[in-house]
Amino acid sequence: MLRIENLAVSVAGKPILHDVNLEIKEGKVHALFGPNGTGKSSLIGAIMGFPRFQITAGRIWFKGTDITEAPVYERARAGIGVMIQRPPNVRGLSVRQMVGICSDGRADADALAKRLNMEEFLERNVNEGFSGGEIKRSELLQLMAQQPDLLLLDEPESGVDIENIALVGAATNLILARGHANGNDGTMRKRRTERTKSGLIITHTGHILQYVPADIAHVMYKGTLSCSGNPQEMLQCIRHKGYEECIRCADSGGASNE
Amino acid sequence: MNKQDILLEKARAAQEKKAVYGADVDFEQFADLGGSDETVDDISTLPAERRKQLESIGMDTSGSGRAGTYMQTDHSVSHCDVSADGVEIMSTDAALKCHDWLTDYWWRAVSPDADKFTARAALHQEHGYFIRALAGQKIAEPVQACLYIGQEGLIQDVHNLIIVEEGAELHVITGCATDPDVKKGAHIGISEFYIKKGGKLTFTMIHRWGEDITVRPRTGVIVEEDGLFISNYICMQKVKDIQMYPSTRLTAKGAVARLNSILVSPPGSHMDVGGRVVLEAPGTRAEIVARTISTGGVIINRGHLVGAAPETKAHLECHGLLLAPGGVIHAVPELEARTDNAELSHEAAVGKIAPEEIEYLMARGLDEEAAIATIVRGFLHVNIEGIPASLALEIERAVDEFTLNKGS
Repeated sequence: MLRIENLAVSVAGKPILHDVNLEIKEGKVHALFGPNGTGKSSLIGAIMGFPRFQITAGRIWFKGTDITEAPVYERARAGIGVMIQRPPNVRGLSVRQMVGICSDGRADADALAKRLNMEEFLERNVNEGFSGGEIKRSELLQLMAQQPDLLLLDEPESGVDIENIALVGAATNLILARGHANGNDGTMRKRRTERTKSGLIITHTGHILQYVPADIAHVMYKGTLSCSGNPQEMLQCIRHKGYEECIRCADSGGASNE
Repeated sequence: MNKQDILLEKARAAQEKKAVYGADVDFEQFADLGGSDETVDDISTLPAERRKQLESIGMDTSGSGRAGTYMQTDHSVSHCDVSADGVEIMSTDAALKCHDWLTDYWWRAVSPDADKFTARAALHQEHGYFIRALAGQKIAEPVQACLYIGQEGLIQDVHNLIIVEEGAELHVITGCATDPDVKKGAHIGISEFYIKKGGKLTFTMIHRWGEDITVRPRTGVIVEEDGLFISNYICMQKVKDIQMYPSTRLTAKGAVARLNSILVSPPGSHMDVGGRVVLEAPGTRAEIVARTISTGGVIINRGHLVGAAPETKAHLECHGLLLAPGGVIHAVPELEARTDNAELSHEAAVGKIAPEEIEYLMARGLDEEAAIATIVRGFLHVNIEGIPASLALEIERAVDEFTLNKGS
C-alpha cells in the first residue's frame, strides 16, 4: 500500500526527518509512538504532501506509484486520508458541505453524522467553536465520507473524553472496515485476510489501540524510525522505561522486528 | 421663505463643500444631458442583453414574484408598476405632487448642505423612487427598483424615499447599473428611509457600475420604536470610485439595525464604503458585518457605532481578504460610547487566505483552484436572516458568479 524509502524531510529549511524507511502493507494498521517534537506529525504531513514538509531525499510510493512529487489533492484522490491534529476553521463552509467535498457529493451526510452523534453539527462552520473531541468526530465524519484506503491519524484521542474515545475507535474501525460494525461475518482469519484498508496512527497514550488494534508499532526518535515491534509490548516498555531505554533495548535486539 | 426655498438656499451655500471622505469630484467633466425618453411598458420585452444585465443586479424582468417595479433611465422614469395592495410606488417628483405631507420627510434624514454632492442633488435632482408600505401592510414580495445610466458622460442625480408606516413590512431590492456601452458617468443618489413604529424594512442593493463611473450615494435612515432595518449591500464589479457612508439613527426603544456588505474590489477600483449606526435610545441594537475582498483594487471599509444611550448593544465585524498583490484593504472600525452602559464591540481581521485552509481542503480532494474558490465563497457567505428566499438567492447568485469567475 505505502512504501517509504530513505526519506528525509525539512521544515522551513530545518531537517526534521532522516533515513525513514517504512512499509505499510494492505490491510495492516501501524502505530507510531515517539516523544514530542520528534517528527511523527512531519511524517504524516510528508506522506500527505503538505508543502511545508519539504522532502529533501528519498521516495514515497503509494499503491505502486511514486507520489513523492504529487500534489496533496492527487494523493487524496488516490486514496490517502488524513486527520491532522489542529485543522483550521473554514468560515462559511458547513460540515455538511465538507462531507460533500470529501465524497464528491455521494455521501449521505445525515446518515454518517448520526453514527458519530454529529447531526447538530452539520450546518455549523467546519471546526468553528468546536471542542477538541468535536473536531476529531468531525474529522472522522469527513473521512468516513472520503473512504480512504490509507488512513493517517495524528493523535486521534487527544482532547477526547473517555466516553467519546470508544466512538472515535468505532468510527476508525468503520473507515478501516474492521470490527463487527461492518456486517462482515465469517471467521476471524477470513476477516483478517480480507482486510484491504491500511492505517498509520500516531498515539502518545495508546488508548486508541484498545479499540483499534494495531498490527505493528514503530518508535520515532530523533527524526527517524528507531525500532518496530509488537504494539502492546512496545507500549509497555515505553510506559515503564521511557523512550530512551526502550530504544536502547530495541537496539540490542530486545523488541522483535516483524 | 418656504421650506423648499430654505433647502435650496442651504444647498447653494454648500455647493463647493468638499465631502469628508473620498476624492473630490469635478462636476464639469460630466454632461448634464437631457432626459432619455425611453419608456418601457413591459420590461419583459426589453432586448435579451439588457434583461440579462438587469437580472444580474437582482431585477426580475418578468415582474413575477415582485410587488412592483420602478425603473429610471438617466433622468426619466422608464417604467413603474405596482402589483400588490398596500404599497405605493412612483417617482419622488410625482410623490411630492400627490402627498403634500411629504415635505416633512424630504431632506430630514439627510441634510442638503452635508457636502457638495447633497447640494448638487438638491439643486439638480430628477426623480428617484418613492416606495411606501401603508400602515399594517405586510408586503410579502419585494419591490424592485433600478437606476440606470444609459448615456455616456451623464451625471445622474436622484433622490429616493422609502417610508414604512407603522407595523408595515417591506422588502426592497434595488440595482444600479450602466449601459454596457457607457464608460464614463456619475451617479449621485440621496436616499432617505423612514421606518415607523414596529415597521420592518429589508433593503438589498446590488451595484454593477461601469469601469469609469463615479458614485456618491448619500443615505440617511431613521428607525422608530421596535422598527427593524436590514441592509444588504453588494458591489463586486469594477467601479472607478465609490464613496458612501450611510447613517442610521435608532431613535426609540427596541429599534434594530443590521447592515451587511459584501465588497469585491478588482484592479482599478476604489471603494470607500462604510456604515454608521447611532443608538439614540435605550434598548436599541445594531450589527454591522462587512466582508471585503481585494483582487487588486482599494477598499476602505469604515464602520462607526455610536452608543448614545444606556442599555444599548452593538457589534461591528469587518473581515478582509487580499487575493492579489497591489490591493489594499483598510478597515477602520470605530466604537464611540457616550454613556457607561453601552455595550459596543468590534472584530476586524485583514489578510490573505491561510495556506492551512487551502491544504486542508486539498487533503479532502479539491485541487488548489477549487479549494481557494470554496474558501472565498465561504468567506463571502454572510448569514442574512429576515429576507425573502428570492432575495437570499440573488445575493447567493452574485457571490457564486464571483467565485466562478474568480474575481474577473
